[in-house]
Amino acid sequence: MIAATRASGEVVPARAQMAATLGFHIILACLGIALPTIVLIAEFIGLRRRDQVAMVLARRWSQAMGVLVAVGAVTGTVLSFEMGLLWPGLMRRYGAVLGLPFGVEGLFFFLEAIFTAIYLYGWRRLGGWAHWWTGVPIALSGIFGAMSVIAVNAWMNQPGGFTVSHGRIVSVDPWQVFFNHAAIYEMPHMILAAYMVSGFTVAGVYAAGILRGRRDRYHYTGFALGFVPAAILTPFQIFVGDTAARAIAQDQPVKFASMEYVARTSSHVPEWLAGIYANGHVYAGLKIPDVDSLLVGFSPGTKVIGWDTVPAADRPPVVWLIHLCFDAMVGIGFLLLLAGLWALWGWWRRRALPPQRLFWWLGAVSGLAAIVAMEAGWVVTEVGRQPWVVYRLQTTAQAATTNGGVITSLSIVIALYAVLGAATVLILRALARRWRRGGVAETGVPYGPQPDVPDARAASPGRART
Amino acid sequence: MIAAAAVGGILLAAVTLYGILGGADFGGGLWDLLAGGDRRGHAPRRLIDESITPVWEANHVWLVFALVIFWTAFPDAFAAVMTAAALPLWLAVGGIVLRGAGFAFRKEVSGLALQRAFGAVFAFSSLLTPFFMGTVIGAVAAGSIPADASHASMAAWTSPTSLLIGFLFVGACGYLAAVYLVGEARRRADRRMQGYFTRRALAAGAATGALSLTTLLELRGPAPALQHNLTGRALPLVILAGLTGLAVLALLAAGRPRGIRVLGALGVAAVVWGWGVAQYPALLPGTAVTLSNAGAPHSTLVALIVLFIAVVVLIGPSFALLFSLHGRQLLQGGEGLMASAAGPGSPPRRHQRSGTPGRVSRVLAIGLIAAGAVARARARGGRDR
Repeated sequence: MIAATRASGEVVPARAQMAATLGFHIILACLGIALPTIVLIAEFIGLRRRDQVAMVLARRWSQAMGVLVAVGAVTGTVLSFEMGLLWPGLMRRYGAVLGLPFGVEGLFFFLEAIFTAIYLYGWRRLGGWAHWWTGVPIALSGIFGAMSVIAVNAWMNQPGGFTVSHGRIVSVDPWQVFFNHAAIYEMPHMILAAYMVSGFTVAGVYAAGILRGRRDRYHYTGFALGFVPAAILTPFQIFVGDTAARAIAQDQPVKFASMEYVARTSSHVPEWLAGIYANGHVYAGLKIPDVDSLLVGFSPGTKVIGWDTVPAADRPPVVWLIHLCFDAMVGIGFLLLLAGLWALWGWWRRRALPPQRLFWWLGAVSGLAAIVAMEAGWVVTEVGRQPWVVYRLQTTAQAATTNGGVITSLSIVIALYAVLGAATVLILRALARRWRRGGVAETGVPYGPQPDVPDARAASPGRART
Repeated sequence: MIAAAAVGGILLAAVTLYGILGGADFGGGLWDLLAGGDRRGHAPRRLIDESITPVWEANHVWLVFALVIFWTAFPDAFAAVMTAAALPLWLAVGGIVLRGAGFAFRKEVSGLALQRAFGAVFAFSSLLTPFFMGTVIGAVAAGSIPADASHASMAAWTSPTSLLIGFLFVGACGYLAAVYLVGEARRRADRRMQGYFTRRALAAGAATGALSLTTLLELRGPAPALQHNLTGRALPLVILAGLTGLAVLALLAAGRPRGIRVLGALGVAAVVWGWGVAQYPALLPGTAVTLSNAGAPHSTLVALIVLFIAVVVLIGPSFALLFSLHGRQLLQGGEGLMASAAGPGSPPRRHQRSGTPGRVSRVLAIGLIAAGAVARARARGGRDR
């Protein structure tokens, strides 16, 4: 069989490279999807209530957004190329199907890029509400763009919407490809995740500042603008995630079995919290009888399909990783829910956020925790689908490139992305430091954008006339 | 067949727009690289920076869009190119990452040394991407990509044709950037920069013209059919490219740069379409892969045509808005850093009517809409038959 010979040594490094680049980009993608909405909320409050603090926050966040969007645009392009460079087999076979949602994504990527440019660089010369409205298309196209990309991933989990004849695809129904069976739960799950990651990350930055004693209105406003929307969405996310897990138990039973350590199809399946599966045993895990069956079918007698239903070659490689990532995601989800409830309690009792340091610690790590949960969720869905790239139709080995040297590109990509990530974080921190010092710090700049304060422009004589 | 040809036209349109918009942003990097030391290079770098800043990301999306059209409509050809020309494509991707990151970071760091470092990354990587993309196009045009490519080939993209086209791409990017910057300097009434970029546009224009002619002659060996068609059915486009190039050079030499942006873009577009018309209907010359048998069913092609119409309707006006705001200098850097809490819009507005990038974009938008309408009409005609 061709598949066996083609499964050379390149599958594992190709998967590692895809995981690394996608895992990096997805953080920026989340911020790209949801940060504009948070900035728009801040600007809305700034305009509506003439709140200068909210206005300053909106301006500063959009400067940070400029950096993040640029890095996100280039790392997203890398992924487009990798679709062909790492997975030519997938594209050759199914490019005509899964390309369509990507095309729709391209449309929204255009709108996003164009209006981001207008919004980011229009702060000084476009008037108040006109400027605010130029941001609305960014927020909307972020959501629709995310739906399109998730449609592709969901299609890989639940392929459909095309007919094959003599080994070639002869017709495609774009609507069924886009709104495939898994899209219904994957789309809201990821879009809510993007909003939670962005909101909690913004909140985390200001919670850290508050912990360091910067207890001013600026920091509390910054925290609230991120925390409140993210905390409100958390219970909805838990509901969507629960629904998705039940759907996966039906649609991709082997993935679900790996998530929950269901080795044999049976009823009265216990729920395992943590634990490592090896040689038919779960070590160091907490076993709760009947609960998994209860969660799947609302009754302890529900039969749950185990991974014994498929041959060993069709099971995912590392079930313990899938299970632990799933537990981490769910655990963090409930932790974030707790943080939101704590804040709600404080607001209900005293019209103020909780004063306890523990709450602010929780707030400070909430962004990082949300990112970890989102990444863990991706590990569950991607590793859990193995060995398939298109569920039950094409294996990852059949999709992978036959070119050698993926180890080389993997090493270069890891080094490059490490530098890129570090530079992004350092530059954002340097921006924050400059803001704290009061802003105007650009003198002796050889070129680059002008500082926006008229006095500073007059004070640097080397600058050419505009 | 008609649908496949229409989607081929859409792909070529996306490549053209990436070339004349995104290509110029890469060309800006070339002139940044050659601008000399901090003091001497201050004014040109600043002009380049301000011209590229708000638009490069939107321009860059044409590349992503072209890739998506390529793999959706012609998956067999896409997989073959991505496999056979993997190395130059990886290098081009590296250039894209470094260019974008270097450019974005340079604005946000304080301190001369860091700005120099990121500026150098931006400028140098601006050369890499067009060069290596040119070698890939060269490999396709010269027929060096096998239809069932299973391994990367060094020979495919290091042939004289490929390398020539790589240099041609760098030259064309530099030419476009210099031509646009002359227009930009003129609009700002900056005589010094207008002269500075006029000299560079003349040099780059001459070099690009010479490279084009050399490539045309060189094609006789590896791609006689392509050469034959370039001097046959694609000859009007080749002549158009030559004439617009000469017109731009003449207008520049005469110091009357009115309209050179449109002419320069038109010339580069004529070269791209000349290639497309000459190669039609082959997708990978030298193989049996043509526009109509590269792997996608009819329904996919129709969906792509519908998608492209949506893109023209939604994106055309958006680009026109972006470029006209940019042309009227309403988009400027330094959006954060507010020390005074004064609302936006306080600096005096300059009234300028002639937003040339705006005009280019309007011409483009109208052209795109017309092309889309023609393609659609032809596609419909094909279905009726």
